[in-house]
Amino acid sequence: MTFNLTVAVIILVFLIIFQISKASEYVAILKGEEQNRKNTNKVNGFLMVSFLVLGLIGVWYCNSLLFGKTLLAHESASVQGERVDSMLWLTLSITGIVFIITQILLFWFAYKYQENDKRKVVYFAHSNKLEALWTGVPAIVLTVLVVIGLRNWSYFTSDAPKDAMVVEVTGKQFGWIFRYPGKDGVFGKKYYKNIDPATNSLGLIWRDSASLNLKDDPATHDDIVQEQTMYVVKGKPVKLIIGSRDVIHDVGLSQFRLKMDAVPGIPTTLWFTPKFTTSEMKKITNNPNFQYEISCDQMCGNGHYSMKGVIEVVEQEDYDLWMAKQKPLYFQSFPEKDPSAPKADSTVKAIAKN
Amino acid sequence: MSNEAALHHSVDVSTSHDTHGDGHMHHHHETFITKYVFSQDHKMIAKQFLITGMVWAVLGGLMSVLFRLQLGYPDSHFYWLEDILGKWWVKDGQITPEAYYALVTTHGTVLVFFVLTAGLSGTFANFLIPLQIGARDMASPFMNMLSYWFFFAASCVMLSSMFVETGPFSGGWTAYPPLSALGSASPGSKTGMDLWIVAMALFVVSSLLGGLNYIATILNMRTKGMSMTRLPLTIWALFFTAVLGVLSFPVLLSGFILLIFDRNFGTSFYLSDIFINGVGALPNEGGSAILFQHLFWFLGHPEVYIILLPAMGMVSEILSVNSRKPIFGYMAMIGSLFAIAILAFLVWAHHMFVTGLNPFLGSVFVLLTLLIAVPSAIKVFNWLTTLWRGNIRFTPAMMFAIGFVSLFISGGLTGIWLGNSALDIHLHDTYFVIAHFHIVMGVASMFGMFAGIYHWYPKMYGKHLNNTLGFIHFWITIAGAYLIFWPMHYEGLAGMPRRYYDYSNWESFKQFIDLNRFISTVAMIVFATQLLFLFNFFYSIFKGRKVTSRNPWQSNTLEWTTPIHPGHGNWVGEIPEVYRWPYDYGKDGVDFIPQTTPVGEEESHH
Ligand code: HEM
Ligand SMILES: [Cu+2]
Ligand SMILES: [Cu+2]
Repeated sequence: MTFNLTVAVIILVFLIIFQISKASEYVAILKGEEQNRKNTNKVNGFLMVSFLVLGLIGVWYCNSLLFGKTLLAHESASVQGERVDSMLWLTLSITGIVFIITQILLFWFAYKYQENDKRKVVYFAHSNKLEALWTGVPAIVLTVLVVIGLRNWSYFTSDAPKDAMVVEVTGKQFGWIFRYPGKDGVFGKKYYKNIDPATNSLGLIWRDSASLNLKDDPATHDDIVQEQTMYVVKGKPVKLIIGSRDVIHDVGLSQFRLKMDAVPGIPTTLWFTPKFTTSEMKKITNNPNFQYEISCDQMCGNGHYSMKGVIEVVEQEDYDLWMAKQKPLYFQSFPEKDPSAPKADSTVKAIAKN
Repeated sequence: MSNEAALHHSVDVSTSHDTHGDGHMHHHHETFITKYVFSQDHKMIAKQFLITGMVWAVLGGLMSVLFRLQLGYPDSHFYWLEDILGKWWVKDGQITPEAYYALVTTHGTVLVFFVLTAGLSGTFANFLIPLQIGARDMASPFMNMLSYWFFFAASCVMLSSMFVETGPFSGGWTAYPPLSALGSASPGSKTGMDLWIVAMALFVVSSLLGGLNYIATILNMRTKGMSMTRLPLTIWALFFTAVLGVLSFPVLLSGFILLIFDRNFGTSFYLSDIFINGVGALPNEGGSAILFQHLFWFLGHPEVYIILLPAMGMVSEILSVNSRKPIFGYMAMIGSLFAIAILAFLVWAHHMFVTGLNPFLGSVFVLLTLLIAVPSAIKVFNWLTTLWRGNIRFTPAMMFAIGFVSLFISGGLTGIWLGNSALDIHLHDTYFVIAHFHIVMGVASMFGMFAGIYHWYPKMYGKHLNNTLGFIHFWITIAGAYLIFWPMHYEGLAGMPRRYYDYSNWESFKQFIDLNRFISTVAMIVFATQLLFLFNFFYSIFKGRKVTSRNPWQSNTLEWTTPIHPGHGNWVGEIPEVYRWPYDYGKDGVDFIPQTTPVGEEESHH
C-alpha cells in the first residue's frame, strides 16, 4: 500500500517536472536561444553562490551535529593515539584552509564571471610564475606533512619496549582467540593442522604426532587461551602478535586509533600503551556501557559485521587477580596433569572435561 | 535487451536525417547487423558502450539503494521486496547478510569497471579520439568492435552470476584471497566467484583491445597539422588513460589467473596455514595472501586514474569552451597528466599500509603518494584560473564540469590524510575511506561523464537534451552527493568500519543510526533524479530539439566541423587540416578561432 502510494507520488512528481521542463523549452524557442541562455545563466550564477554559502553553513552545521559522536570528542585512549590525533588536527587545518579557499574561488568565479555582453575576456593562457607558485607551495606543505607523518609512523612500527606484555591474537570466522604465554613467558609452538575447534582452537603442539612429524613442546603446557575478551594493563605497553586461522581479518582498535591485519600464515605485530582503564573510559565518554571493542576491519565473510572482541583495560592488581584464576588450556585435554585438580578421580575428570 | 531496443531506435532516427552517403568514404552496403549490432563505426561503438554502461549504472545504483535500505532501516521489514527478489535476497522483509555482501560487492565491481571504465572511457575514447584528432575511424575498427563485444560478454557473465544458487560473489570488489579463493569460507566464493573471475577476465581483454587501439590511433592517425601539442586535452587524457590500462590490466589478469589455479587446481600461491570451520585444515602451505594484494593494487591504483583522467580531460575542454577563454597552462596540464600517470604506478601499496608491509617500504609509499597531490593541485589551480575573468555560459555540461572541480578538491584533500600511513593506520577501512573515494572517484568521475554526455550529445544524436531537466539534474545531484558522502567522514572519524551489515551491536558505532537513515533517504532521492536524466536522454533521442548548426557550442575542436549527422568516415571529402591549438578563445577580441583556421598575418603570439 505505502509502496504503491510512493510509486504514485514519484511518478506524479516526475510528470510535473517533465511538464515544466517541456514548457520552458517552448518558451525558450519563442524568446530566442540567446535571450533564454542569458536568463537561465543569471539564475544558475545566483544558484552557484547560494550553493557556496549554504554549503559552507552546511559544513559548519554538520560538524556541530556530528563532532561529538566521533572519537575526537574525547582524548585518545592510547599514547600512540595522541600522536594520531595531533596529526589529524594539523592535517585538518591545512586541508581545511585549502578546501575553504578553493571552493570559495570556484563558486565565486562562477558567479562573478557569468556571461555578460560587456565583459571582454582576457586571453590568459599561461604564466610560469603562477604555475611555479602552485607547484612549489603544495610541495613544501606536503613535505612538512610527510616528515611529521613518517616520524610517527616509525614510532608506531618500532619494536615494542622490552617490558611490554605480549598477547597473541588470532582471528577466525567470526571471532577472536587470545593467548598469553603463561608463567614461562614463552609461547609454545603451534601448527594449524593440529587444530581441533573444541579442545585446541590454536593447534598447540602438546603431544607427539608421527603423522604430522611434530614433537610435544612443553612451552605450550602453561599457555592461557581465551576467547572474545582480552585483558591488558593500564599504562603498560602491550604487544600483539597477530595472526589468522582462516581468511584475512583485521584487529581494529578504534579507541586506540590503530589497526593491523591478521593474515593467515604471516604473523604481524602491533604495540600500544593504553592510558585509561575501561571503567575510567566509562566516565570520560559518559557512557556506562562503554567497552573497548575490537572490530574486524577487513571483509572476512558473511559474519564480518559481527566479529567483535572486547579489551578490558585494568589496573595491574586486577590483572594479576584475573590471571591467577586462569588455567592453561593444556589441562582441559590433560586434566590428570593439572596440579590443582584432585588426583585421579574419574567423576572430577569428567566434569573438568566439560 | 532494453539497450538493444534503444540502440536501434536511436539509429532509426539518425538514419532518417542522414543525407545518404554523407561522409561515407567506403561505399560498401551496410546491413542492419553491420550498422547497428556488429558495427565497426567508432561512433556507434561509443554509443553501445554508453548505453550498456547506463544499464549497469542503473543496476549498480539500484543495488546501492537496496543495501542502503538495510543500513538506514535495519529494523524495518519490507515484505514487498521479498515478493520481488525472492527468499535468498530478502528474508522476513529484511535483506539477508549474504545478499547484503553480494550487493555491495557487485555494486563496487560494476561501478568501477563496467560503468566508470567501460562506460566512461569506452564511450568517450571511442567517440572523441577519431573526431578530435581528425581520423576517419580507429586504427583497427575490427578490434574496436571486438572490444565492445568482449565487454558485452563480460556483462552477460557478470549478470548471470546474480542468479546462481549459492549467490553472487560477496567478498568485496577487491576480492582478496583466501576469502575469494575458498568456497568453504563463504558461499559467494563458490560458483558466483567463478563467474566473477570469468567476467573480469573478459573485461580485461576488452580493455586491452580498446586501449591498444586508442594508443595506436592517437599516435598514428592525426590529421595534417595536428601535432601532439595541438591535441585537445581530452585526447591527452584519454591517451594516458589507455597507457595506464595497457600496462596495468595484464598484471591484474595474472593475479586472477593465479587465483583460478588456487581455486581449482590445488596450487598455493595465496594460501597457507588455513583451517576452515566445518572443513578442517587445508593442505596448502607456503603461499602469501599478500601477493594478491600487490598484484591487485598494481592495477587497482592506476585504475582509479583510469577512471578519473578521462573526466579530467573532458572537464578541461568543457571549462575552456564555456568560459570562452583558453585553458590555463596547457603544457602544465599535459605535464601534470604525465606526472599522475607515472606516479599512479608507484603508489599502489598505500592501500596496504596495515597488512604488515615492511615499515620502511611503507614510508617510501607515503612519500610517493603525497607527491601525487602536487600535480593534482596544479590541475585544480589551473581550472580555477581558467574560470577567472572568463565569460561563463552555464550549460548543463559546464555546471557538471564545475561540480567536478568542487568534488575533486573535496575528495583529493582527504587523500592527503589517507596517504600518510600514520593516519591511515587509524582511518583505513573505515567510512572515511568510503567518503574519500566516492567523492574523488565515484561521484567526480560521474560528473565528468555527465558533463561529457551533455556536451557531446548534440554530436552523438543531432538533438539537444532538455536544459531545464539538465539543471534540475545537476543541482539535486551535487547537493545530494555532498549530503550523502560528507557526513561519512565523521563516521570514519568514529572508527566505523566499512562493509558492515549492521552496527546495532557495537557500542562504538551505533550512535549513527539517525545519520544512516538520513543518508539512505538522500541516496534514494538522488537515484530517482538519475532516472530523470535517463528519461531526458532517451526521450531527446526521438523528440529532442534538433541541432541546427554544426557548432552549437562555438567550439574550436574538429568534431564540430563534421556534418550534423556524420556518417561512417566522419567528414565528407577531405579531412580538414589543422593550423593551431584548440584553445584560441577570446584571442585578439575574437570569440573563437577553430583549429582549422590558418594563422593570420597580424595575429598575436600566445
Ligand atoms: C591527492 C591524491 C590522493 C591521495 C593522496 C589518495 C590516497 C589514498 C589512500 C592512501 C587510500 C587508501 C585508504 C585506505 O584504504 O585506508 C585511498 C583509497 C582510495 N582512493 Fe585515493 N587518493 C588520492 C586521490 C584519489 C583519486 C584521484 C582517486 C580516484 C580517481 C582515488 C580513489 C581511491 C579509491 C577507489 C580508494 C579505495 C579503494 C578501496 O576500496 O580500498 N583516490 N586513496
Ligand atoms: Cu572481518
Ligand atoms: Cu590508491
